[in-house]
Amino acid sequence: MTLNRRILYGLAAIVPIAIALDTPASELAEAEQKGLDIALEARAKKVGFENFTASQVMVLRNKQGRESRRALRVKVMEVEADGDRSLFVFDEPRDVQGTAFLIHGHTDKADDQWLYLPALKRVKRISSANRSGSFMGSEFAYEDMSPPEVERFTYRYLREEPCGELTCTVVERFPVDDKSGYSRQVVWQDTAELRLWKVEYYDRKNAHLKTLTIDGYERYLDRYWQASNMNMVNHLTGKSTVLTWADYQFQTDLAAMEFTQTGLRRVR
Amino acid sequence: MARDIVGVDGQAVALGWRGLALLLSLTFGDVSAASTPESCRAVDAEAGTCATPGSAFARVEFSGSLGVEARYFPRSPGHPGQGSQPSSLTAKSSLYLESPAGWSFTLSPFFRFDSEDPRRTHADVHEAYALFVGFVGEAQWELRVGLDRVFWGVVESNNLVDIVNQVDLVEHPDEKSKLGQFMGHLTYAAPWGVVELLGMPYHRQRTFPGRSGRLRFPWLVDADLATYESSAEERHVDVAARYSHTIGALDFGISAFDGTSREPFLIPAFRAGGDIALAPHYGHIRQLGVDSQLTLGAWLLKLEAIHRTGMLNRLGRQEPYSSFVLGGEYSFYSVFGSALDITVLTEWCYDERGTQSTTKFENDIFLGARLAFNDVQGTELLVSTLQGADHDSRVFSVELNRRLADRWSLRIEAIALRELDATDILYETRRDSFLEVGIVYSF
Repeated sequence: MTLNRRILYGLAAIVPIAIALDTPASELAEAEQKGLDIALEARAKKVGFENFTASQVMVLRNKQGRESRRALRVKVMEVEADGDRSLFVFDEPRDVQGTAFLIHGHTDKADDQWLYLPALKRVKRISSANRSGSFMGSEFAYEDMSPPEVERFTYRYLREEPCGELTCTVVERFPVDDKSGYSRQVVWQDTAELRLWKVEYYDRKNAHLKTLTIDGYERYLDRYWQASNMNMVNHLTGKSTVLTWADYQFQTDLAAMEFTQTGLRRVR
Repeated sequence: MARDIVGVDGQAVALGWRGLALLLSLTFGDVSAASTPESCRAVDAEAGTCATPGSAFARVEFSGSLGVEARYFPRSPGHPGQGSQPSSLTAKSSLYLESPAGWSFTLSPFFRFDSEDPRRTHADVHEAYALFVGFVGEAQWELRVGLDRVFWGVVESNNLVDIVNQVDLVEHPDEKSKLGQFMGHLTYAAPWGVVELLGMPYHRQRTFPGRSGRLRFPWLVDADLATYESSAEERHVDVAARYSHTIGALDFGISAFDGTSREPFLIPAFRAGGDIALAPHYGHIRQLGVDSQLTLGAWLLKLEAIHRTGMLNRLGRQEPYSSFVLGGEYSFYSVFGSALDITVLTEWCYDERGTQSTTKFENDIFLGARLAFNDVQGTELLVSTLQGADHDSRVFSVELNRRLADRWSLRIEAIALRELDATDILYETRRDSFLEVGIVYSF
């Protein structure tokens, strides 16, 4: 299992190198630097939000079109020089109502994660090794749910192309973590505000697994662009998940202590 | 009869309701103002949460579930009066009221009706507490007053350190269902760790099956015959404290308890009518506990250990003892490229008292596998066995949970008791292997 993964990971690493063979080393380094620069610039645009709360509705659709709904509330807190802290509270389906999920994101090591089970009033520290698993049966993986930290990828700038009325940069990013379910992602961001419009996900066999399209951007505090619709389509299974964001509130009076195990026990 | 309906500890429940009314009036002034969720329904009834501008509350939330269960015991009863096919109705709900000032009140009653065992037909208030939160510099304090449940521990088989709440044994033989406990619970959470202090002014008696119930001793436990070591009886004020902290991959807690034992020592006694019953004796104990978990990638390594004094052993003699559960779990994610996660669990439960132990975990190995299918239905299967290390006694358990529709879910559980040794504490329940099927509607 691990061996297979290693081989696949190795292969995934070779693919870009093989492509890179056609291009001179300096050009490749330049493309890598440009990709990283875009990611850093996009991060700079997000800095200073302090915290936000929002609600999410997920509609899961299978190949036959049968739908299932998830509703959750999200709280995110910015942490200086480390990954953000996120808190998810489930409202639907009703049998998991009150279940909460706390993530302490890190840029240099694995995230810390805790789960709160209201039936037992139990807080459980859980493994964060399950990066590629499905979040609530949806087409979003755990690794898609937390903000993509810049340090979690290496980058390669591909090209610039029109996207709708805007111009987008197209950048490839490669997960550093071998627990990631992806060999690479291709990311479309507009040049004006560096908003994300589309992500293509390639699995460990380098097959085009999923495509995420994003729209409904609105600006908060005159600075922060947040999307309201995210549509993830799985090309291998034909299933899809539409994630709708609403009720964004920035710089609320959320305390850092809400993002602790004690806070998790108090979550409603 | 009335005591049967409200459970063994009817007085405590009644006290709970009176306390609740008092707390409500203290917290929110006019209790009648509570019936304002009209505007709330319009806001977001589907999510069950809402803000109610103009009402007494910043937030009102109501949720719960209704369940139907059927149990089937394939073997004929071992003790006279026992039935074989009980069915049950359960109702659980939770009301949450948040005042604009930031305090909140939570009320979570529970009720079960059992078709065969009037003692299993019981009600309890799992939660009825007011919660206050505040800050001291970087630290935060939290005070809970009322009936509440507190969980401490990390392992899956037997949470030794989890001592605050009484076991609701008629609910399930696994001793994981708990009754609400009266308490004042102060938590101080600072960057250097979390300190909890608890005062518990009223002891709740353990529930036990009645004459028609399975999973019991040949004699019934009679709560009216209960004796306490403390002269204050159930009104002895128990105290507990815990310090817990997270350092990188390590989560740990150190806890202490001084008060009336939750676990009774059962003494055969004559009842007024001349028949024999078991009289529960609740001694005064002291317990020190540690619990810790190391989270390393897909590995979780766990330890719970206690040292307890003041407890009577199986021979009725006071014997200080230590006990631990040591083990861990390892998860295989997305096995064979599917969405399936498999977690393998192993735990060693050890009690220094050996055959004088008063629990079923005297020296046993717990092995289990949790299968999470990560599908839309949230299907989960837990298969486990508890195997005596010194003899052949075995308890097999299979539990399946699956959502049938957005609000409906299915639960199937089977417990098989095999080759129980005559010295095993479960020996008298050896004919009580069962299959249970339940449907739950959540709102």
